[in-house]
Parts: sequence; structure tokens; C-alpha cells
Amino acid sequence: MSTTLEHVPTGTYALDPVHSSFAFGVKYNIGTFRSSFGEVDAELSDGVLTGSAKVSSINIDQPQFKGHLLSPDFFDAEANPEVTFRSTEIRPSADGTVEVDGELTIRGVTKAVTATGSYSSGPDAFGNERAGFAIETTVDRREFGLNWQNPLPNGKDSLAWEVIVSVDLQFVKQG
Amino acid sequence: MPPIRILGISGSLRRGSHNTSLLRAAARLLPPGVELEIYDRLGALPHYNEDLDVDPVPEPAADLRTAIASADGLLIATPEYNGSVPGALKNAIDWASRPFPDNALAHKPVAVMGASTGIFGAVWAQAEVRKALKTAGADVLENEVPIGQAHGAFTEQGQLGDPELQSALEELLEALVSRAAASAGRGALMEESTAGNAA
Repeated sequence: MSTTLEHVPTGTYALDPVHSSFAFGVKYNIGTFRSSFGEVDAELSDGVLTGSAKVSSINIDQPQFKGHLLSPDFFDAEANPEVTFRSTEIRPSADGTVEVDGELTIRGVTKAVTATGSYSSGPDAFGNERAGFAIETTVDRREFGLNWQNPLPNGKDSLAWEVIVSVDLQFVKQG
Repeated sequence: MPPIRILGISGSLRRGSHNTSLLRAAARLLPPGVELEIYDRLGALPHYNEDLDVDPVPEPAADLRTAIASADGLLIATPEYNGSVPGALKNAIDWASRPFPDNALAHKPVAVMGASTGIFGAVWAQAEVRKALKTAGADVLENEVPIGQAHGAFTEQGQLGDPELQSALEELLEALVSRAAASAGRGALMEESTAGNAA
């Protein structure tokens, strides 16, 4: 994983789910709420990154709280069971940074986003060719219809509109 | 010198209540000379009914009024049900608020905190409890202590794991004890207890 390339490799890379995560954070009245999706699939195929997360796999152990996030107030998981992403352009730099343009679909709404972060590729200790992305983007959840809000007793928003989406993906070359 | 007495009321009747845990966490932080008693008879109160609020009032109501009247301050921990105050707690405030204005709550120093399993820590319930207590004539502190995701908020020793929330709880208690001491005619309590510790 030490080699840095200025192009995304061709060929098909499958996700190594053990070393991958799809997380998000959103500020609320006194801190930042962070969670992630447990069931994530992704592929890097001929330079195009695609991925999906099962909304119902959101990592929240309290059933009422989880139920509220899956309800139409937020993800409306029954009607929209997946969050998906498909890259339109990946721009790696020699210093290991990367910009990824793509289309993010949440709750059935597709928006163009640009995620930034780091990218690396090369052989691992077992002789597998690997590629890895650690990228992040900020979205306004209202653009995707996650409109829930409840003013605090002091009149301020209880939950921020901005959500930071952080994706860490490790791929292994196939064939 | 008799101790300053704080009466703790949990708005949850559940045995494993996070709000009762929060009261216990608070009890550990009180300075010497201050005692916290946790009131555990909220569930015995009948629904408030003016027809029942006649002499003699139902025994659980008389018991609650006496417990509040004989305390120097109140510490209330509320959960949040459907974005609001749990019925059992509102019912207790309603019983304690009568007869108005010379009720057990009048001018009583009260601090309110809250724990919930969502992320917000019962802030809306806390605001509504404060509103009801102010209306009843209590001396209500504005401090807010929101314990969100309460099922994971306490350490094995029963203290709050988040240092910011622990500080917020300490500030709340300091303010409550100060007002309770003043209310009990014991304005110098904090200095006395500090001197006592040094000795």
C-alpha cells in the first residue's frame, strides 16, 4: 500500500468489507452524532467506483431511535432501502490525495457530489493488488428529503442540516 | 449542624431507569453536609383530581407534599415520552402545586436534568418540566443537563462517561446546593464544608 499512482488502475477490484466502512456524522445540540452502515458493498471496475449501503444496517442499537432514523422523517428505508454512489471522475494526485466526483443517491434523490481524501494502491503482504480510498464529503440532508427538525427550547435547530459522509474502502484486485 | 436535604425525583418508574441512575450519579458528587434522598413513591399517586384533593388528601399525595416541603431543594431527572414530560412526573407536579400559591413547591430551589435513549437527552421534556415548576411557583434553575443515548452514558461505577456532561452535572449541583443552602438559611455551607475538609 505504499505506491501512489496518478491514475486509477484498470481491471476489477472487489471490496474487502472487513477493512472498509461507510460512516457519517451530524452535529446536534451538544455534540456530533456518529454512526455507520454495517452492510456495504462496493466495486472499483475499470476506473469507476460504485457502492451501496443497506439503510436498515445502520449501526444503532436502540430500537426506537433506529426506527425513527429509518422512518419517513429520515431515510424512509422501506421505500428506499439503499444509499448508492457511482463515480463520474476520479482525480488522484501524486501526493496521494484524490478528488472523486460522483452521483450520490439517498432516499431516491440523486445529487452530484465531490468527495476528497486519500488514495493509494499497490501490492499487500500477501501479493494481492490493492487499492484504497479514504474520502469524505459534506451534504445538506434537506437536498435528499431528510427534512426532520425540531427546534430546541432555545429556538435553535436541534440537528444540523450538514452531514459529513466518510467512506473508507479497501479493494482487492480480482483474477 | 443538620445536613442540607435534597429530594431527588425520577420521572421514570422503571426499575432500571436511566434517570434514577442519573440521580445516583448526582448523589456521588454532592459535597459533605448535603444529602440526597431518592423519592420512590411516584407510582402510588392517583391521577390528579380536584374531587380527591380535599381534606384528608390521599395518603400518597400527602406523603409527596411533605417530602417536598421538608426538603431544602429538589433535583428532578426526567425522561422524555413522545417529545414531552412523562405523565407520572407531570401528575406529581400537579399534586405538589396545590393548594396554590402556598404549595410545597413555592420558592423551592429546583434543578432539572434528563436522560433519554435518543441523542438529545430529553431537552424538550426538561423545558416543559421547568415551565410547569415555574408556573407552580418554584425557584427553577435554568441549567440543562441532557444525557443522550443514556443506555451507554454511565460507567460501571455509575458515573457519567462524558467529561462535558459530568461538568454540566457538577455545575448544576453546585448551583442547586448553593440555592438550597440559602433557602435553609445556610449561605456559608460551601465554605464551611471546604474548611471542614481542610481540617
